[in-house]
Amino acid sequence: MFFHSYCAAIQGIDAHVISVEVDICDGLPMFSLVGLLSSETKEAKDRVRISVRNSGYRIPTKHITVNLSPADIRKEGTAFDFAIAVALLAAIGRIPQKCLEHAMFIGELSLNGSVKGVNGVLPMVYAAKKRQMKYCFVAKENAMEAAMVEGIEIKGIENLKEIVEYFTTGKRIDSAHIPSFAEQKEEKREDFSEVSGQEMMKRALEIAVCGMHNILMIGPPGAGKTMLAKRIPSIMPELTFEESLEISKIYSISGLLGEKQSYIKQRPFRSPHHSIPSTSLIGGGHRIKPGEVCLADGGVLFLDELPEFNTNTIDMLRQPLEEHQVVISRIHGSYTFPAKFMMVAAMNPCKCGFYPDRNRCNCSEQQVRKYLNKVSRPLLDRIDLSVEALEVTYKELVRKEKAESSAEIRNRIKRARKIQEERYAAETIKYNGQLTAKQVEKYCSLAKKEERIMEQVFETMELSARGYHKILKVARTIADLDGSEQILEPHLSEAVCYRGFDKKYWGEKAWI
Amino acid sequence: MDLIQKELEFWLASLPAIGAAKAIQLLEKLETEEAIFKASAEELLKVPKITEGDAEQIVRNRNIEIIKQKYEKMCQQGNRIVSIHDKEYPEKLKTIASYPYALFLRGNLPDEKKVSFAIVGARNCTSYGKEMAKWFARELSNTGIQIISGMAYGIDSYAHCGAMQGDADTFAVLGCGIDICYPRENFELYTYMSNKGGIISEYGPGVPGRAFQFPMRNRIISGLCDGILVVEAREKSGSLITAELALEQGKDIFAVPGRIGDPLSVGSLNLIKEGAVPVLTPTDIIENFHINRIAESKRKNVASACLTAKEQVVYDCISLEEKHISIILEESRLLMSDTMSLLLKLEAKGMIRQNIKNYYTRSIL
Repeated sequence: MFFHSYCAAIQGIDAHVISVEVDICDGLPMFSLVGLLSSETKEAKDRVRISVRNSGYRIPTKHITVNLSPADIRKEGTAFDFAIAVALLAAIGRIPQKCLEHAMFIGELSLNGSVKGVNGVLPMVYAAKKRQMKYCFVAKENAMEAAMVEGIEIKGIENLKEIVEYFTTGKRIDSAHIPSFAEQKEEKREDFSEVSGQEMMKRALEIAVCGMHNILMIGPPGAGKTMLAKRIPSIMPELTFEESLEISKIYSISGLLGEKQSYIKQRPFRSPHHSIPSTSLIGGGHRIKPGEVCLADGGVLFLDELPEFNTNTIDMLRQPLEEHQVVISRIHGSYTFPAKFMMVAAMNPCKCGFYPDRNRCNCSEQQVRKYLNKVSRPLLDRIDLSVEALEVTYKELVRKEKAESSAEIRNRIKRARKIQEERYAAETIKYNGQLTAKQVEKYCSLAKKEERIMEQVFETMELSARGYHKILKVARTIADLDGSEQILEPHLSEAVCYRGFDKKYWGEKAWI
Repeated sequence: MDLIQKELEFWLASLPAIGAAKAIQLLEKLETEEAIFKASAEELLKVPKITEGDAEQIVRNRNIEIIKQKYEKMCQQGNRIVSIHDKEYPEKLKTIASYPYALFLRGNLPDEKKVSFAIVGARNCTSYGKEMAKWFARELSNTGIQIISGMAYGIDSYAHCGAMQGDADTFAVLGCGIDICYPRENFELYTYMSNKGGIISEYGPGVPGRAFQFPMRNRIISGLCDGILVVEAREKSGSLITAELALEQGKDIFAVPGRIGDPLSVGSLNLIKEGAVPVLTPTDIIENFHINRIAESKRKNVASACLTAKEQVVYDCISLEEKHISIILEESRLLMSDTMSLLLKLEAKGMIRQNIKNYYTRSIL
């Protein structure tokens, strides 16, 4: 006789529904598990057999075959234990098969029969919902996380006995619920008003967030670069449900969701240490895991001490920065992870950190240049804004009046983003930071007077074509923040001050 | 096959162990280069200061063919040698202690009928120092004064650079071989001076720049000039060695005053304390040499009339020291966007400069 139940296998950030089939027939007593399984999945055999027995159900000494179908998808992880056990219980007549038709079972089994939580529950439940299943049984600790998906009943299960009783004696198990997304309030966190002074940096960050431009902050140690970077998510518009679901899926797979935080309500802020290897930054590994760029999806990837990062590692950011996703290819197929992050980098101007204050910095011109040259040129090409941080003066530190709060800045940004979204409704892009050279010509046209200014700037500052386009893009964002349809002179001159880090940054030809 | 006189001079000047003092000693005792070339080790050892090692080296390096080859190669590269026998050899140099036996040369030596002036200073200079070095060099050059310096990073390079914008020739005294452009970044200066002015070195082709050679070349800088200006110097600086040597040689010492407390002003302020002439404008130096000023200083008169009131406010916040835009913003008390466009306008007018992104200084040009 043939019995089956459902589970799901993770692929990238999505899950594929897997049918677990069990057959018991006469023959040599044996328990075989097939269906392209990784070693930890194969071990389910012993866990299931013993946990079913320890729950008080005898397994007949017959030939038992379990198939995880479709058999051409590679299955990894221990989430299949529960579904196998349930199908087996159906096969030995403990659970009626008809109960298993519209339900998914996700969880790992312990030898004493209890159900334990696994990573990646959210995408699996989401796959179940898309298959129009009605119930999803998960470990109790995963219940809150799974409950983010609406329109499917989530039941948190403690052990195998409970599920058998639920199906046979009608034992009540409450469905897990969380407040709906709209009702949830964003937790209060660090605010821009806590940073005194640094008006120019704050303004630059506002512009960067508004147009989703990547930004570089240069300044001496202790100028507040990290402090400000940490507060960037607080001025980004709130997450929508779709964004939150996407980010939560990534965190679910990475095992970063727990009872406390059942889904991601705030934009992520990731700040990997500069010793990070490329697989942790981009993602990958033997058992494919999303990297820091994916964990920063929808939020901020902060690279502190940019020159200290390994150049090869940093250069890997080029593709995700352009395509806003990461594709990891393996022999079994390729996996796509979203990576729509904003990159914020910070660095010192020289080794000691005080250049150009010659009273404190005694680095020679070559040393300064050498330090700057450590930063990958192709990465710099993808940074639109750069801003210098100065040390905070005592006057600024003790200033009484409170600085602008994040909420005020966020409102301005939301307004300007709306303008951008309307403007690019017909395009594939959404923000000014994503404009291509051709689109810059179309959307950032200048009037005669402004054109003359740019001509002058181009000559005196020896800009490159790329640098010129970056200034226009940033000026477009500043104009949007201002609510102006045309890019005007003040917008341009402000954009010029934030112009990117280019050849002449600290005066490449020292003596000219 | 015999060596001609120039080849012999080249040979003697290129011997690594034989410095200026030993070469002169040898010449005094044995009279001609040819005699030195042919002398046996015993004869050489009779000369004071010559050690066994020196003698051995002289004897060992006597391969005529190699010498001829090397000499020819040097000439092909456009370099030549001027020894104390030559008329061209600067008379001024002969008066200093341990004057060099020969000078390797690319281009010309400073014209002794004209005034020569050295400008030296720190390598890691501030932008104030940079502006001063360029301004003084250009103005002096415009009155026909030849500028001499060491082509090092910082003040030296800016002095040459300023002189390039002026009329007179400019000369660099290197601390490495004549055919080596050190630092590499100054290649443009190197080629410019090869044509208009000259590159001078005590060291022959291929000699790498070693630390002890750089203070040595300072005596040539001070020896060749009639006066010396120290722009910026730390408390212990190579520029002070040059100034001290110049003082011993009886040259006029000038210094650009800096602010008390700045590490880069300590050296020059100490010089002033000890009697150097503080300078405020290039005229202070020019008058010292009794030159009728031919070219009136072209320094732009900062006519306030051509600035609007707001521009003036911003301009007043900017000094000769680098100032970041955010400090200017705070001091001017104007709106951020206003200040930024005013700065852009001032820069377009050439009143201020941005040597480093978003750090502004007044431009004296």
